[in-house]
Amino acid sequence: MRNAGFILSIAGFAVLVAAALLAPILAPHLPSEPVYQPYAPPGIGGLLGADSLGRDMLSRILYGLRYTLGIALLVSVLAAGAGVTLAFLAAFRRGWTDLLIGRLIDAVMSVPQIIFALVVLAVAGVSLTTLVLTMAVLEATLFYRVVRPVAGDIVAMDYVEVARLRGEGLGWYLFREILPNAAPTLIAEFGIRIAYAVLFISGLSFLGVGVQPPAADLGGLVRENALAISVGQLSPLAPAVCIALITLSVNGIVDWFIHKYSIRAELG
Amino acid sequence: MATFVLQIENLGIQAKRSTILEGISFDVTPGEIFGIIGESGAGKSTLAMATVGLLRAGCRRVAGSVRLAGKSLLDLSQADLERTRRRKVSYVAQSAAACFNPFYRLGEQVTELAALELGKSRAERQRLAADLFRELQLPDPERFGDRYPHQVSGGQLQRAMIAMALLNEPELIIFDEPTTALDVTTQLEVLRLIRKVVKGRGCGSIYISHDLAVVSQLADRVMVLRHGKVVEMGPTRDLIENPQAGYTRDLVANQTTTSSVPDPAASRPIVSVENLAAGYGRVSAIRDISLDLSSGHITCLVGESGSGKTTLARTIAGLVDLHAGVLRFKGSELPGRVERRDSETRRRLQYIHQLPDLALNPRQTIREVVGRPLAKFRGLRGAAAEHRLRELLRDVELPETFLDRVPGSLSGGQKQRVCIARALAAEPDVLICDEVTSALDPLVEESVIKLLLRLMKARPLTMLFITHNLALTRRFAHEVVVMQQGRIVEAGPASSVFSAPREAYTKKLLDSTPLMERGWLEARL
Amino acid sequence: MLASATHRPAPIRDFVVSRVVSGLVSLVLITALVFVGTALLPGDTAGALLGQNATPAALEALRRDLGLDQPLVQRYLVWLAGALRGDFGTSLASGRAVSEVLLPRLANSLLLAGAGAVFLLPIAIGGGILAAIWQGSWFDRLIGFTSMLFLAMPAFLVGYILIYVFAVRLGWFPSMSVAPFAGGTRAWAQILTLPVISLVIIGQAHTMKLTRTAILSVLASDYVLMAEIKGISRRRIILRHALPNALSPILSISILTIAYLIVDVVVIEIVFSYPGLGKLMVDSVAYRDLTVVQACGLLFALVFITMNFLADLLAMLVNPRQRVPARGAAA
Repeated sequence: MRNAGFILSIAGFAVLVAAALLAPILAPHLPSEPVYQPYAPPGIGGLLGADSLGRDMLSRILYGLRYTLGIALLVSVLAAGAGVTLAFLAAFRRGWTDLLIGRLIDAVMSVPQIIFALVVLAVAGVSLTTLVLTMAVLEATLFYRVVRPVAGDIVAMDYVEVARLRGEGLGWYLFREILPNAAPTLIAEFGIRIAYAVLFISGLSFLGVGVQPPAADLGGLVRENALAISVGQLSPLAPAVCIALITLSVNGIVDWFIHKYSIRAELG
Repeated sequence: MATFVLQIENLGIQAKRSTILEGISFDVTPGEIFGIIGESGAGKSTLAMATVGLLRAGCRRVAGSVRLAGKSLLDLSQADLERTRRRKVSYVAQSAAACFNPFYRLGEQVTELAALELGKSRAERQRLAADLFRELQLPDPERFGDRYPHQVSGGQLQRAMIAMALLNEPELIIFDEPTTALDVTTQLEVLRLIRKVVKGRGCGSIYISHDLAVVSQLADRVMVLRHGKVVEMGPTRDLIENPQAGYTRDLVANQTTTSSVPDPAASRPIVSVENLAAGYGRVSAIRDISLDLSSGHITCLVGESGSGKTTLARTIAGLVDLHAGVLRFKGSELPGRVERRDSETRRRLQYIHQLPDLALNPRQTIREVVGRPLAKFRGLRGAAAEHRLRELLRDVELPETFLDRVPGSLSGGQKQRVCIARALAAEPDVLICDEVTSALDPLVEESVIKLLLRLMKARPLTMLFITHNLALTRRFAHEVVVMQQGRIVEAGPASSVFSAPREAYTKKLLDSTPLMERGWLEARL
Repeated sequence: MLASATHRPAPIRDFVVSRVVSGLVSLVLITALVFVGTALLPGDTAGALLGQNATPAALEALRRDLGLDQPLVQRYLVWLAGALRGDFGTSLASGRAVSEVLLPRLANSLLLAGAGAVFLLPIAIGGGILAAIWQGSWFDRLIGFTSMLFLAMPAFLVGYILIYVFAVRLGWFPSMSVAPFAGGTRAWAQILTLPVISLVIIGQAHTMKLTRTAILSVLASDYVLMAEIKGISRRRIILRHALPNALSPILSISILTIAYLIVDVVVIEIVFSYPGLGKLMVDSVAYRDLTVVQACGLLFALVFITMNFLADLLAMLVNPRQRVPARGAAA
């Protein structure tokens, strides 16, 4: 049962990633090119119909996938780097460093993520850079929250004390004692955060503060075409369903991984 | 039928793949204390649970029956089973702190069944609880029940649980390692009370323990359990004085070896501590500590939990903040923190932790674990290191094939041997052993101690051995240091501390450590 | 409560004081961040408002009007003092007082979130408790499956599916909330139904999962096993032994659910064009109406921080271990 879910998830995720990578080959039209009547229904206007400007929906989704996956991945990598480094630093140094980092993270986390993003993006203006950086900072706090206790547990282990008594350097601690033991949790958390980042960027774009037109990620596509739903067209839901498929498949893989390595389920 | 409160016949219990219990048969008569002894993994807990008709998730009965007060427990309907448990049997578990509901006051919990079964009013229940608390010598029995579990000490909680077990006037009480988590002096108090209340009531009881001495003092008959099977069963005195099975003989022999060490030749101190105070943060956990470790001797540091013995050991190792005093190693002063000691000093002072599970990185093979100090301290790599690794493994009596295994696949005793090998790899002058055998089963403990003593003979080692078990040290200590509440109470050559202890506390510790000899507990009632 | 000793430690009071202080620090930090961020930007609000063709004189005048010519710290303190009195300045886009724009929207959002919570909490917490008690049953597995599904869905997908089915296809409800708000209870119900259902569907998965985990951990505890050994019935074990101990986590979960609900409200308001605080904030971001964005952000943060504080405080109050100080046990 769990294995079936895992295979399905892996397959689904592979298909989505392949679709994003091969978008220029797979897409029947350019995403910016009006080729049909506005709001042409599926069949008449391509496989998934056309949008308000007559652009091919399928092509726009394939290109939108690149934005969504690309941004989510980039954000997660940056956030993991920052969050994990801070967490290990805090666990290791303890004292003032720990307190300061902890308080700062608490302050950022005490505001809902999306609200924080809205405020910062309103002030800084929306660009791909500000978007990715803002999201990365917010995601990094979540990485920190999960990794800090894990790192703390490991640092408190007697085998780390043995290394301390032996006089090992920082590199040995990090790469020989701590990281190998934290790796499963880190990998699982990374998966969870990717799924979350996909929902996050989609939400921001849906609200209009994400990827800016004429480019569009999946959330942006939903925003652009939302009106079509009121007139009974289902095709605007296609990008939304696509988002759900990404998160479902990533969660499926993470779920399998967590069970395989029996990681405590306090993540996320 | 009525002559037995409990009859277990040919009981077999299996988990998914493994057999947990097989062919267990015994019975308990009214007024009898039936002892069950066994090491970890023997199936004691599963048997205890089965006695009240409980099988853990994933376990199933494959044979036999459990008859309590004439009822076949494992065949009863849920409602009948619950009624039988409420009326006929009680259970006293090891971890009283976890077994009391943190949400309710002790009085309410202890008398819960009185309300359910007998419809007692609140006032009646309070009186009932007060009587039981008084019988168990709890402080302020009228008001003790108003406290929450987290407000009383471990020993008191254990007594409250015994009170709860007595409430329904059961025909059978099961004591599942009720004193294992307690200090020796507290243990003695609880053992006295158990003996008094059980004998006074005439109910049958089962006493489960890993400690043969404790069981021998309480039980009328004893069953030895190992790997889920009965090794031997019989009246306590017969079993102890004339054990039949090899395993039982080993257990008994382990308790009775009382060779005392001759007074050692005088030698120079290798580590000396003067007027030391130390602790975490600003509060000193230990103070006024002066102590010498004589070169080539075994110094045993003894005390109950919270006495500061581990703090002292860790201070010498350089893991605790030094607040006052001086620490010397071979005459020169040692910095308090290990980070400020040079590599050579770190090599010469090796520390072995209590729990090998935590002291071994689960992701490193034994080769990496033991190989690292070889490379770090002695610069050994490649073939030379490999050769030395094999020697070290042989020294701690482990097969060379273990080199490529990870700690997870080893038993507790084997893991501790790996830790010893890691310490020896540094070729230390001083070995600090912090409760290194406390987590091990008695026979494994014995073999690890023998190993340590053999290693001591083979090389010029000085050892500081920390333990809560004073009796254990009788066999090998050259010097004994007794600690209480962060201070040294008594220190001196082992022979004089054991034969003529000066301090009342030392006497009490010695007196509280259970022995197997007949009448030991009676003499202390 | 126990007869009190003279110098009893007061864990609750200490907790309240420290959390109120750290909450205020967070709020100050956030508002300061916005202020500094704005100041560091190339060009300023005045420039953004007037566009690229503004004359220097017009810019200067607007700056003076907005108080932008004063030092940053002073501007911040003036704003902070105003905010404490409920005065958030004037909207850059409409010129009206921010509080005047804000208040009706806040009321609308509270109504939506409140209605959502009323349905969401009993359903999600009840479901989570039952799933834990019937662990492994078809009900538990169904809950597990739907949780997985809804956790993966973006909030707007749920909203649009509901619109498509119930508004467009069946025509039972309006697809947008633009109908006049003065239409009485029936009109309100019409407008609120779909957004509330969306909120319930989106929010329940997480809450249900957390509740289930909390109950399961209590059921796995030694004192529940002990009650079983004592012969207490299953029903009594769950009601009297397990649930009281789960109360503290469940209270936390409930309040955190409300906090998250307030965030979900932002997206749902956009989906249904519901005139609430979230929509106001998002619209203001589009116009770069920073005074309004700032006030909205502050309000959301205030609610969120208060909720988190309440969650921890309540959880503490129902837990004897934290409510009643441990005493050095008598010998």
